[in-house]
Amino acid sequence: MQEKELIPYLYRTEFRKITAVLCRSLGIEHISIAEDLVGDTFLLAAETWGLKGIPQNPAAWLYTVAKNKAKDLLKRNTLFSQKISPQIQYATYDKNEIEIDLSVQNIQDSQLQMMFAICYPGIPPEAQIGLSLRILCSFSIDEIADAFLTNKETINKRLYRAKEKLKQDNVKIELPSENEIDKRIENVLTTLYLLFNEGYYSSNNNAVLRKDLCLEAMRLTHMLTENETTNKPAVTALLALMCFHASRFEARVDSDGELILYEDQDISLWNRELILQGERYLNKASTGDYLSKYHWEAAIAYWHTTTNNEKQKWEKILSLYNQLLITEYSPIAALNRTYALSKVYGNEEAIVEAEKLKLDNNHLYHCLLGELYSEVDIQKAIEHLLQALKISRVAADKKVIKNKISKLGKLKNV
Amino acid sequence: MKEFAMIYRSEPMGEIKLTPEGNLEISKEWENWMGGIAAQNKLVSPGMRLGNEGRTVKPGNIVTNGPYAEVKEIVGGLSIFRAESIEDALELAKSCPMLNVPDGSVEIRDIIQMNG
Repeated sequence: MQEKELIPYLYRTEFRKITAVLCRSLGIEHISIAEDLVGDTFLLAAETWGLKGIPQNPAAWLYTVAKNKAKDLLKRNTLFSQKISPQIQYATYDKNEIEIDLSVQNIQDSQLQMMFAICYPGIPPEAQIGLSLRILCSFSIDEIADAFLTNKETINKRLYRAKEKLKQDNVKIELPSENEIDKRIENVLTTLYLLFNEGYYSSNNNAVLRKDLCLEAMRLTHMLTENETTNKPAVTALLALMCFHASRFEARVDSDGELILYEDQDISLWNRELILQGERYLNKASTGDYLSKYHWEAAIAYWHTTTNNEKQKWEKILSLYNQLLITEYSPIAALNRTYALSKVYGNEEAIVEAEKLKLDNNHLYHCLLGELYSEVDIQKAIEHLLQALKISRVAADKKVIKNKISKLGKLKNV
Repeated sequence: MKEFAMIYRSEPMGEIKLTPEGNLEISKEWENWMGGIAAQNKLVSPGMRLGNEGRTVKPGNIVTNGPYAEVKEIVGGLSIFRAESIEDALELAKSCPMLNVPDGSVEIRDIIQMNG
């Protein structure tokens, strides 16, 4: 790999590792210092490697430089005596020797602990996702701004406030205890699922970036399964769910980046390997005495990947949505249940059920009614789709809705 | 929104089917009905199904066997719904599968919260 490609590559893989270890060594109140230190390390690499050539082991070079920079800072800076030293959480810390442990094991542990610190319900979800992208996924501020379709300043402010809050609330960088883990891991899973959805459903037209967000969410979820404490059935279920969704990556977007609906997808483009992987995770998740919502959703996603028996498929999906809703209500599950109902019992019955949902401010509600009415009453179908178009804010959704309206319009004029 | 109890009554229905895990085996029509209520965000709790074992105790330590000593209908279970009014709750109850079985009925009662 040439230097030009090598540094961005290493930035993506190593920034997060070194940052997590430094955060853990310096404490939650010094996340920004840790980021800056690692950022400086990469700047120095760019300068030095350009002049002297790429070192034999570039990652080790980065580790050594970052480690030395951190040690220098700790020794020199008054910060050390005044702020950091009383709070250093490092177990192996000796008064004379500051250890920054960049072993594989400690990197892994530090990243997991940071994950729990960042997925802290005291800060808003979009800030949790932003910080995760920065600290756990090595995204630059520009990339995060792109992902959220906003500007650098907004993201900087958002992350700054989040870091202040973590500091204020003295959030610990550690894994929760055995009896806390189930509750705390829920927050982490919620954030990882949001991160995945940010990529899967976002309005961003940059397909590469979107896929990247999904893959990062999967990588972090997978990391949770590799640690004994955090390897809970709900985690494996979420990973299964992500695999099933991700299997349709190539099939759900056309060459112009436009969304292709499930019904219209080319099944041969579904990724069999990811589907099989999802099945393996779902089987693994079937332990314990508690079914998380991810279990239901993964099972629903599994049935969506089947193609051999449409009748059985939709009956299963309807049943699973019923059970999911009985456990936990969400508008999207209510809408999807009604769609499944139409597949099993027909559109007229589903329309009756749909109209009870009273989700008038939800554009997907009008999309659903538009779909259900399209075989029953074209005029009504168009009215609902126009309403959906009016309240939808996502460009990709608007396009899909417009296409439907024009198709129905042609039918009507025949 | 207020909360209402749905109290299901019918003739004693004999054996109760359980899943291998020991949970109640829910028929498709009950699951669809309950799922439909939940989809409207009106399900507070699916509640419980009552079993067939029962005793009734009365003043003077008089104990009778079973929940159905003298009556033809017994309480089979109950759920808690959320609704705007008792009329709204009644609408939800009208499609209950309990009304398809002999002497089936649903009694709707408002719930008074006990705080403290």
